Amino acid sequence: MGDRAQKSLFDLSVARKVQGTAKHSPHAPLSATEAAPGGDGAVRTVGAWLFSARTGGVLLLAAIVAILPLFLPNKFYFDVAIKTALHAIVCVGLNLLIGYAGQISLGHAGFFALGGYASAILTARFGWPGLVAMLAGAVGVGVLAFLVARPILRLKGHYLAMATLGLGIIISIIINREIPLTGGPDGMSVPALWVGPWRLTGPITWYWISGVTLVLAVWLALNLVESPMGRALRALHGSEVAAETTGIDVTRYKVLVFVVSAVFASIAGSLFAHAERFMTPVEAGFLRSIEFVTMVVLGGMASIFGSVVGAAILTALPQVLAVFHDFKHLALGAILIAVMIFMPKGLVPTLAALWRRRVG
Amino acid sequence: MMRLSRRHVLAILAAGTALVFAPEAQAQKPIKIGSFLSITGPASFLGDPEAKTLRLYVDKINKEGGILGRQLELVIYDSAGDAKQATTFARRLIEEDEVDIIIGGSTTGETMAVVPIVMEEEIPFISLAGANVIVEPVKKWVFKMPHSDRMAVEKAYEDMKKRNLTNVAIIGGSGGYDQSCRKEAHAVAPKWGIKIVADETYAPTDTDMSPQLTKIKNTPGVQAIFGCGFGAPTSITARNWSQLGMTNISFYFNHGVASQQFIDGAGGGAEGIRLPVPALLVAEQLPPGDPQREVSLNYIKAYREAYNQPVSGFGGHAYDGLHIALEAIKRAGGTDKAKVRDEIEKTTRFIGTDGIYNMSPEDHMGLSLDSFKMVEVRNNTWKLIE
Repeated sequence: MGDRAQKSLFDLSVARKVQGTAKHSPHAPLSATEAAPGGDGAVRTVGAWLFSARTGGVLLLAAIVAILPLFLPNKFYFDVAIKTALHAIVCVGLNLLIGYAGQISLGHAGFFALGGYASAILTARFGWPGLVAMLAGAVGVGVLAFLVARPILRLKGHYLAMATLGLGIIISIIINREIPLTGGPDGMSVPALWVGPWRLTGPITWYWISGVTLVLAVWLALNLVESPMGRALRALHGSEVAAETTGIDVTRYKVLVFVVSAVFASIAGSLFAHAERFMTPVEAGFLRSIEFVTMVVLGGMASIFGSVVGAAILTALPQVLAVFHDFKHLALGAILIAVMIFMPKGLVPTLAALWRRRVG
Repeated sequence: MMRLSRRHVLAILAAGTALVFAPEAQAQKPIKIGSFLSITGPASFLGDPEAKTLRLYVDKINKEGGILGRQLELVIYDSAGDAKQATTFARRLIEEDEVDIIIGGSTTGETMAVVPIVMEEEIPFISLAGANVIVEPVKKWVFKMPHSDRMAVEKAYEDMKKRNLTNVAIIGGSGGYDQSCRKEAHAVAPKWGIKIVADETYAPTDTDMSPQLTKIKNTPGVQAIFGCGFGAPTSITARNWSQLGMTNISFYFNHGVASQQFIDGAGGGAEGIRLPVPALLVAEQLPPGDPQREVSLNYIKAYREAYNQPVSGFGGHAYDGLHIALEAIKRAGGTDKAKVRDEIEKTTRFIGTDGIYNMSPEDHMGLSLDSFKMVEVRNNTWKLIE
């Protein structure tokens, strides 16, 4: 994994300096390699720019978000799309941590729920404006993540997984127990989000809010990945010792990416609370954290678009399989096992590699 | 989901044949009933008997010719006790399956998450969950079936008051069901002149509640204990209570333990424990004149015949919900949503397994405290007192 990442990193920088194409980048599965065939240098540069993941990929995602409503026959599909987008935001952030920095978190549902409950409690119980509450939640979660990151990220492998798992469970217990504040296991209603004079309700409004936020999140994540920070992250994923010897402040970057991914989850949680108008402690549960990690792994680690695809599949698939009723869980499990056996790198990286082999 | 069952394929084939020979049958669209229940997951003890009951009676009514000459079609999704899935399934029922009414929501969380959707889409919704918050304040399109946690607590307090027991200790788990009950136990205590002198919590996985009970034992002036919970921890609590020789302190439970497993699990330790139960559990002991006797006995018989399992009170909620909905549809003469809603609200003297329902614009549950029966565990079974 580390080697591949380093190689693609090299490819990317070359692609930008020399007038090559981003042909070999696994991060640009959507980069159409037929980019400006036989054009002159300038055109090829524009082509490379346009078809890189950072611009072309984001543009394609934006186009999908923009066009998708034409194919959604009713509000049920909008509902699935909203949940897909919000899950995808969490997974994009989580993938920065898992896929790029090589750290694991089994407690991200905790951050998601904290963001959601911050919005819910601050607006419902204290009458804060929705956006301020959301911001406060994000800042609070960021600070919490920062405070726990230093001790937690000293741990490695199983120990890190255990620590993040513990953090998630603590958050879950607090939400369950603080009944006067959170409503306990029965959950709590959340007021509609007001932005200025507008009251934002209904699946179609929320489709656009979550869709645009997703595009922003992906754009941010891709920029981060291709920044010096992203390179540092991949370096420390490859080998922490090697990264340290090249002068990378390993701890600082690990903490930073942990905070960033927690804030992504918090924002998604806040949006979820207002979109659903209801929060339950199930959102903070251990199984939710596992779901998020599964989405990342299924879509492909170290693939931002993979996270979006993973989130989409695992959000929509249970709906497709619901017709099998008692066999739903069996079918879902079988599909996951099959993907992991035949595509251990995840869907998007594997399919991208296949595509490149066919074309190139 | 019912759609894929062989019976339905046959029904569709039969309907197709009927269409060819009898074009006038075309107008008879089935009445679609949608449901989302916690059939799997931690609340499956609620959702499983509810789903079985709905299937049983929809089949039964279809065999008897349906309602208003129309067949019933049941669409059930498993929301696994998860509010997020419940909202998606509610949208699906409304938008994709185009159901005429929704009966479901095994847990309060699932129900409350769906409330904004049914209010917005204006579809009648009968919830099968416990908490009062569902119908307080009254929500135009939302009704609920079972007794609330609060009513169970009040019924127990009423009995304590009769016996002059006013200093009460609470013991319960940290899970959702237990916490809802505990919240109500605190909330209504002043109304009944009850003083809560201790409140002990155990984890759902604990295998010994002696520490909590010892603390209660050592609290001066405790006259009665009120237990909140269901399942194995409650049996253990009962067993520890008798092992510690605390039987001089009366022990009450909420209706969550109203199953034979509770008594069996306590291994004889449950003797003398009192709790409010739906009439269903003591149907045989009800006096012959009791209006609930026949309904309950019929339901018990039908459920046993179909599934060869003992009934649980939770399945009874689904029985009541389905029949109240169908009665309303009958009175409305069709499935017009606004009319059906109005008719549900007008439900009067409907005799269900959970009690006698009298709904009104101010009361979307319609049960009174009388619908609970107070029982005591004697000789390893329920004995109706009163």
